[in-house]
Amino acid sequence: MEDAAVVVDDVSKVFRLYHERNQSLKAAVMRRGRAKYTELQALDHVSFTVPKGKTFGIIGHNGSGKSTMLKCLARILRPDTGTVSTFGKVSALLELGAGFHPELSGRDNVYLNGSILGLSRKQIDARYDEIVSFAFADSGQEDRIDTPVKNYSSGMYVKLGFSVAINVDPDLLLVDEVLTVGDEAFQRKCADKFLELKDSGKTVVIVSHALGTVRDLCDEVALLDHGKLIAIGTPDEVIDTYMGGVETNVRRDGEYGSRWGEGGAEINRIEVLNGGLEPIERISLGQAAVFRIHYRCERPVPKPVFKIEFHTLNGMTVAAGNTRFHDRVPDMIDGEGSLEYHVPNLLLTPGRYDVSVTLFDYEMLHPYDCRHRFHRFEVTGGLPPDVDGVVSLDGTFHGSMLPEQTWYRT
Amino acid sequence: MSKLSEITATRELILNLTLRELRSRYKRSVLGWAWSMLNPLSTVVIYTIVFKYFFHAQGPVGRPSGLKNFSIYLFCGLTAWNFFNASINGAMGTLVGNAGLIKKVYFPRENLVFATVLSSVVSFLIELGVAIVILLALGNNVLPWIPVILLLVLLETIFVTGLGLIVAVANAYFRDVQYLVGSILLQMLFYLTPIVYEAKVAYDATAGHPVLRRLYTANPTLQFVESFHRVMYDLRWPTTSNFVYLFVASGISLVSGLWVFNRFDGDLAEEL
Repeated sequence: MEDAAVVVDDVSKVFRLYHERNQSLKAAVMRRGRAKYTELQALDHVSFTVPKGKTFGIIGHNGSGKSTMLKCLARILRPDTGTVSTFGKVSALLELGAGFHPELSGRDNVYLNGSILGLSRKQIDARYDEIVSFAFADSGQEDRIDTPVKNYSSGMYVKLGFSVAINVDPDLLLVDEVLTVGDEAFQRKCADKFLELKDSGKTVVIVSHALGTVRDLCDEVALLDHGKLIAIGTPDEVIDTYMGGVETNVRRDGEYGSRWGEGGAEINRIEVLNGGLEPIERISLGQAAVFRIHYRCERPVPKPVFKIEFHTLNGMTVAAGNTRFHDRVPDMIDGEGSLEYHVPNLLLTPGRYDVSVTLFDYEMLHPYDCRHRFHRFEVTGGLPPDVDGVVSLDGTFHGSMLPEQTWYRT
Repeated sequence: MSKLSEITATRELILNLTLRELRSRYKRSVLGWAWSMLNPLSTVVIYTIVFKYFFHAQGPVGRPSGLKNFSIYLFCGLTAWNFFNASINGAMGTLVGNAGLIKKVYFPRENLVFATVLSSVVSFLIELGVAIVILLALGNNVLPWIPVILLLVLLETIFVTGLGLIVAVANAYFRDVQYLVGSILLQMLFYLTPIVYEAKVAYDATAGHPVLRRLYTANPTLQFVESFHRVMYDLRWPTTSNFVYLFVASGISLVSGLWVFNRFDGDLAEEL
């Protein structure tokens, strides 16, 4: 097993769900130490090996044990049976900024968090500038590093936490889906950093709901269901098993889409409209488009987040937006309703595209309903007259030798 | 053994966690670190008023120092007690207080207890420094005894670390521990220790009861406080039996503390 980064051998973990959690001596004595509990088999004799330098995904629906698995890999939980062996320095991105002390400055917290993650003072000194610029360079907030982190916005807090964790330069990086945080620009930076780690031969283990990400990033994927390892193999094979799985809650959605979620609220349908709010079959490049999303709630849903994504037919996400980053989250929705996503100039090049809509909880971790690529629409040629690539940058050519431009978009 | 090497490998983390506690301790208070001196001094003033003026406690005559001052006698014992008290209380709270960290990141959990004890050591040293200055002003030349004082500090640190590990993990499983230990046992222990009174009072009271006497002197905080009294107030060596007791008690405490903690810390992330 020389080239293994992680060896999981026959790992089981049982959680005791106490009916009446009463951490007191009296309660323990009264019941003579036998508190009432139900056992939950979170992991059931799971074995697998992650080869060095690979990006490994763990997928499964909620409660499948994937996060428990990750916590066992991170040594936060101790398995009841079996062993987990990891080789090299491990860094886990389970919660960013865990261990930040609100009263201390960003600088002090970088050093503190770095040493919690296993860096020495010298190593942090060497990476300090990189950590700060990775976190804050875009927003130009570097000067705030010496103020207490309690004054940071939640975005800054998370960015700094991520920046420290990723700069630990681990041999093995464990990532939970918590990473769908920060603004889109920062997320892109994170994705780049993952690819960089991957290219430099580091091992990454990702736990995720986002099948698209898993398919794009991972070399190998394991599927867990009710604590059991169901499948392991290439992303395509395993994701297909997952989607076709009887026991999973992922269902096919229409001809080409998939659908999952915890229920309680659902996305009914989506309408594609033109700028005048009339239903249309095709949208021309450069024209206004409106995507009207219809939802229905079985019960009141507090702080819902809607996310809309656009994909090419081969699965690449071209663009996405969500109401949380737009700061447009209602306190509560109930019953039926609709909302619209307005695109002033749809700058997708001619071709067909899929749209996904997800209704999330506020943390954006647990979808009530995710309709992945459930609606397909077509974009026809328009202005600007661009056809190659996926998006048009709406650019125009200029030069004294060039003839006058003959077209103008209205 | 691998655990021990892991702890040594993360000594910088212990230092950083200690700094975190120290830096955040008096944050947002106007007087800041002055509180670490004002707190024990105010206790000394209050106890002096109560025990000296209401109960006419005189304070013993230091032999061979010849010093006779109830307040400074009180202060010498109180610093050793405060350290014990602060460390045990800190240790009980540290796992619960850092539950978020324990559930999200792996590091040797012992470090949290070490850090809280170490941050109390800093206060202890400050208080001892104040006590030494006052003793010098009163004509008690404790300077030659500083190495012995530091040895006692080291022994007490080892002792409370071991005990702290046990109460820390016990409190994580049963929150009663902090009430039982924090408000009842520590208070009993405080009065079982010759801090506001002289040990002689208790010895006289237990004169005809050798078993009671033995139980009374078996109290480790008594052994520590009496040793500090002898070195700082009387200016003489602690007795051999003091030293033997302290070495053995510290050793047993640390070894059993590490063992108990290691035995139970695997499930902390679930228990908290």
